[in-house]
Amino acid sequence: MGSNQSVGIVEPKTAVLGDLRLDNGSVLSPTVVAYETYGVLSPNKDNAILICHALSGDAHAAGFHSGSDKRPGWWDEYVGPGKAFDTNQYFVISSNVIGGCKGSSGPMSINPVSGKPYGSSFPFVSIKDMVAAQKLLVESFGIQRLLCVAGGSMGGMQALQWSISYPDALENCIILASSAEHSAMQIAFNEVGRQAILSDPNWNNGLYEDSATPRKGLALARMMGHITYLSDHKMREKFGRKPPIGNLLNSDFAVGSYLIYQGESFVDRFDANSYIYVTKALDHFSLGKGQELTKALSPAQCRFLVVSYSSDWLYPPSQSREIVKSLEASDKRVFYVELTTNEGHDSFLLPNQRQEDVIRGFLNMPVNE
Amino acid sequence: MIDSKILSSTTLRERPDFAYILDTISPGSRVLDLGCGNGDLLYLLKQKGIRGQGIEKDEDAIVECIRKGVYVHHGDIDEGLSHHEDKRFDYVILNQTIQETRHPGDIIKECLRIAKRVIIVFPNFGYWEVRFRILFQGKTPVTDLLPYRWFNTPNLHFLSVLDFQEFCDIRGFTVEDRAFFTDLKQVKFSPNFFAKLALFQIR
Repeated sequence: MGSNQSVGIVEPKTAVLGDLRLDNGSVLSPTVVAYETYGVLSPNKDNAILICHALSGDAHAAGFHSGSDKRPGWWDEYVGPGKAFDTNQYFVISSNVIGGCKGSSGPMSINPVSGKPYGSSFPFVSIKDMVAAQKLLVESFGIQRLLCVAGGSMGGMQALQWSISYPDALENCIILASSAEHSAMQIAFNEVGRQAILSDPNWNNGLYEDSATPRKGLALARMMGHITYLSDHKMREKFGRKPPIGNLLNSDFAVGSYLIYQGESFVDRFDANSYIYVTKALDHFSLGKGQELTKALSPAQCRFLVVSYSSDWLYPPSQSREIVKSLEASDKRVFYVELTTNEGHDSFLLPNQRQEDVIRGFLNMPVNE
Repeated sequence: MIDSKILSSTTLRERPDFAYILDTISPGSRVLDLGCGNGDLLYLLKQKGIRGQGIEKDEDAIVECIRKGVYVHHGDIDEGLSHHEDKRFDYVILNQTIQETRHPGDIIKECLRIAKRVIIVFPNFGYWEVRFRILFQGKTPVTDLLPYRWFNTPNLHFLSVLDFQEFCDIRGFTVEDRAFFTDLKQVKFSPNFFAKLALFQIR
């Protein structure tokens, strides 16, 4: 990788923005968006890049929150001085999605009417709504036009939505390991996760109390999801058929213990309602296929970089190719590469020299070419 | 002008076929380069104000193309160009690609649908050195344009100038232009014997 430098200590911030009319007709007031920024905004405000996170991600994309913080942000490999998203050059904004539980408006926000958290009475949020909230955030910096919007998985859907919701507001769009709509299989995985939550005795129609959250259901949902983020190769390599390291009561196999650990650590940092809201947003996102998709993408003006990963069976390369072909049919400027990886869907998060090279090459290309 | 540092290794002097193509296609045209390799030709076309894009299956070559700012699609041309509208491009270029495709006839037909003209460049199997190697060594020839051994070659077809001319006649393709090259220059006399590389422009 190009550099091991970190953006250092970063401060999570929250923006309280104006009203937002959501896709389903309800109005979010105020719209709160959690975010972080890295690098310096140029005087002309023309070097800003928006980074969009995936399902369980958040605004903390790079750097550390404190000196004792052991783990950096989720995309620290790619965001920093001298890295693919070079913070010496660019002003990087990483924004958290509404509907989530990491500081933006979502089911955990306090309903001003009841004085209690919204829970499942929070309005339905779409990918388009998430992007609309990001647009308010970007405008709050006085930025008219982003140099780039980039994201992987759900973040890729947001980036794609940006290109058609606000065609004049971005120069470049990077879509990694993503899709223009979920297949039945992808919806099926999410449905199993949601059903695990709904069947938890603590679920209480989404009006659960802090003291008794549907932890077991959420942990199961995460276990299910986590399987789909890995690959057969990765699991063989990591676990094989190894017996458990401990905890015989819970699992016979190392892979099982691992998933249980992943599930249990997830419930400490994620809200079950948000899991339902965000996976619903993913499943409902649909720009269509073939000619319908071409038509949906026709307003886009920006350049595109689409990247897929050979071992990603959750968002397979064929879904990225669908986007690329529709962009080409619609006469858009697009780069497409399928990177050979063994890491499955999570590939876009991991160090990869080629991924760094293509992002850097794409961003370095003069704007008018 | 052209930033030679960004090109991998080739210069126009070494690639008379590139020079010929650059001369043929006018600025403002739209070009699709099938099997564009590391994007050198597309990069040169871009410098001339020609809007190009490429398809390539080699991952390293694709990364190189993106580094050069050449629009590319990572994929296999055998898997279809069907999403492109009729006559979307002024030219489709198949530069030393056609011999590697499974169904050259189908691909050329599809190219003629999406482009006004198709430029096909291929290593000439009728070249004298190739003929002599078969004749005197009795082995599948390995030359600079056909640099592979029989067991590791990506080339599925071996064709000569006469073969391709015959193919165009059979399929009813109109040959608009032809050019033949050795290493550094064009060949006019007896091209099926003296040309290493053949270029056909068809419609």
